[in-house]
Amino acid sequence: MPLDAETVAETAAMIPDLRVRLGELELANPVVTAAGCAGAGRELARFFDIARIGAVVTKSVTVEPRAGWPAPRIAETPSGVLSTVGLQGPGIDVFVQRDLPWLLSRGARAVVSVAGGSVDEYVTLAQRLSEAPGVTAIEVNLSSPDLSRGGEHFTADPEAAAQVVAAVRETARSDIPVFAKLSPDVADLVALAGKCVAAGADGLALVNTVRGMVIDVDTMRPAVAGGMGGLSGPAIRPIAVACVYQVHAAYPEVPIIGMGGIGTGRDALEFLLAGASAVAVGTALFHDPSACMRVLRELERELIDRGVERVESLIGAAHHGMGGLGVAAG
Amino acid sequence: MSDVRPVQMSSPVLTVRQVDAYHAITVVAPGIAERFRSGQFVAVAVGGEHSAMLTRRMFAIHEVKPDYGGTVEFLFTVRGKGTAWLAERRSRDLLDIIGPLGRPFPLPRDPVNCVLVGGGSGSVPLFPLAHALRRRGCRVDFVLGGATASRVFNAMTARRIAETATFTTDDGSLGTKGRVTDVLAQVIEEAYSDVVYACGPMPMLREVTAIAMHYGIPIQVSVEETMACGTGICMSCVVPVVGEDGITRMARACVDGPVFRGERVRFDDVGTVPFDALGAPGWKARSVEDQAREAG
Ligand SMILES: Cc1cc2nc3c(=O)[nH]c(=O)nc-3n(C[C@H](O)[C@H](O)[C@H](O)COP(=O)(O)OP(=O)(O)OC[C@H]3O[C@@H](n4cnc5c(N)ncnc54)[C@H](O)[C@@H]3O)c2cc1C
Ligand SMILES: Cc1cc2nc3c(=O)[nH]c(=O)nc-3n(C[C@H](O)[C@H](O)[C@H](O)COP(=O)(O)O)c2cc1C
Ligand code: FES
Repeated sequence: MPLDAETVAETAAMIPDLRVRLGELELANPVVTAAGCAGAGRELARFFDIARIGAVVTKSVTVEPRAGWPAPRIAETPSGVLSTVGLQGPGIDVFVQRDLPWLLSRGARAVVSVAGGSVDEYVTLAQRLSEAPGVTAIEVNLSSPDLSRGGEHFTADPEAAAQVVAAVRETARSDIPVFAKLSPDVADLVALAGKCVAAGADGLALVNTVRGMVIDVDTMRPAVAGGMGGLSGPAIRPIAVACVYQVHAAYPEVPIIGMGGIGTGRDALEFLLAGASAVAVGTALFHDPSACMRVLRELERELIDRGVERVESLIGAAHHGMGGLGVAAG
Repeated sequence: MSDVRPVQMSSPVLTVRQVDAYHAITVVAPGIAERFRSGQFVAVAVGGEHSAMLTRRMFAIHEVKPDYGGTVEFLFTVRGKGTAWLAERRSRDLLDIIGPLGRPFPLPRDPVNCVLVGGGSGSVPLFPLAHALRRRGCRVDFVLGGATASRVFNAMTARRIAETATFTTDDGSLGTKGRVTDVLAQVIEEAYSDVVYACGPMPMLREVTAIAMHYGIPIQVSVEETMACGTGICMSCVVPVVGEDGITRMARACVDGPVFRGERVRFDDVGTVPFDALGAPGWKARSVEDQAREAG
């Protein structure tokens, strides 16, 4: 049956524009992978076309190879996962020679997460990634032990975190945006976010895992080898949404990649409304390796159902008319 | 990583039955059945659509059949809440299942003598292996163990398909009282075994490997490390394994295994990161220049 012009126009109008802009960075759609939950894309490419999501955010890359923590590294919790992987990875040489070219050969956008034990290490990583072609953005994982201060996370000291961000921003090629990734386990997240932005971060990634613990009552020992672990999954979603909301309220111009328990299109929408410009899917991938594509499809459906034409029009919409209430409530 | 691409499907349960002390579920999963090679496993989502259980449960594939385009059977005992949920499934329920996953058992080119050693539910993947070996004209001998007679998996079938089947139980209710490793040496000598395949708990695999190495015959082990995704992305299932290059790496049991050459697994260091493993404190990272110079 030939379609009349009106029907064609209506159908076209129903397909929402999913493009999002995070400062200088434009993504075809807002759905990306969460660092450390998708390797460097290779495993997931067996389940879906990784070029179709906004970007692949890689596992945090370190300067040297790292062996990580011993097993057991993961314990399941109600609607969550407690993990202590310990940044196991092959190091920047192998990443740049093997993983990055592979990602690009698949047509994927590569956002490279980096983790170091000192400012110098972060600088080395930023340098290497600036020399390599094809890096879409750098995400600075600041929940990494600072070896100069007894292994406390960089985020524990806003000055130390800002120093890392400033060094990475100075070193990295100017056309590569730098995102600072923060955990909610800090005294004042909004202040820390402000410091990172002042230090030159082009955007923020919120949130990393929340510290937690599981004790096996049969063995009477912690369930994961590291003792404490990082909690992720829907169990932390309200915490993550609050973080995104508060930081967006304080810095509405700063683009945020939101994450923490996203497993459906509705979850993704919640983060966009709180103020995230893109959303990362992490733990949900363990349960459903095609979760990114499903979230994207479901998000599109949510927009169509609401008659929303541009996904960008919803970013931060939950703040409208709230008069800063959310910040006060925090 | 295995070269065969796994598939994720929503598979209807065909039958649910009881085999000895085990629940057996057969699902219709053509894509998985046609790709399957013995030693591979499936990752099953548990708890339904909005489940609070985020990690998948892994089960060795016991049998695939061509019926209904392809069916897959796995067996389990109830250990925790995930397997308890699975035990409640009935015919026509849908299961979200990914497979086939993992590195399969390598098969010998020639018709050699193979001894297959299994403990408890670890015996499951040895049955499709036994059939595959028989099809190649190999001699198959089984050594199966368990806590008690009902835990020795599929003793009847083992007797039927193998040249010999030797059983051990902790309580002596079937076969020899003791463990599989108490009788393995004798079986190897009597059957003139050329290859050993083993699947079961780590301490058992370690002893079986020692025995095979004593006789100087190849040993393939399938390890059972705690897993969460089964697809290689969570990095939780690591085992210290020595590579071709002599370097120990924290290998992922789900994609680099679960089948490894026994002598490559550092059984004494399972549950730790060995000091000299790639990226561990004792690892001396060589610079790119050094490597380039060596490469010539
Ligand atoms: C490759 C492989 C093949 C397996 N094949 C079989 C089989 O054929 N038959 C069978 O009965 N069991 C098998 N197992 C063990 C089976 O996966 C566990 O018994 C099951 O996951 C327990 O789930 P649960 O929810 O009942 O227990 P819970 O203790 O509630 O599980 C909690 C978490 O721990 C993980 N877990 C717990 N025990 C194990 C274990 N032994 N191995 C791996 N992960 C575990 C679960 O996957 C889950 O993520 C296999 C395991 C692996 C790794
Ligand atoms: C097993 C695992 C490994 C992770 N590794 C990293 C990492 O290497 N770098 C990082 O910045 N975040 C890492 N994270 C945190 C995630 O990127 C994400 O911030 C967090 O899990 C919350 O999102 P989720 O609930 O969707 O998983 C990891 C999380 C998990 C569960
Ligand atoms: S179970 Fe997730 S990497 Fe092996």
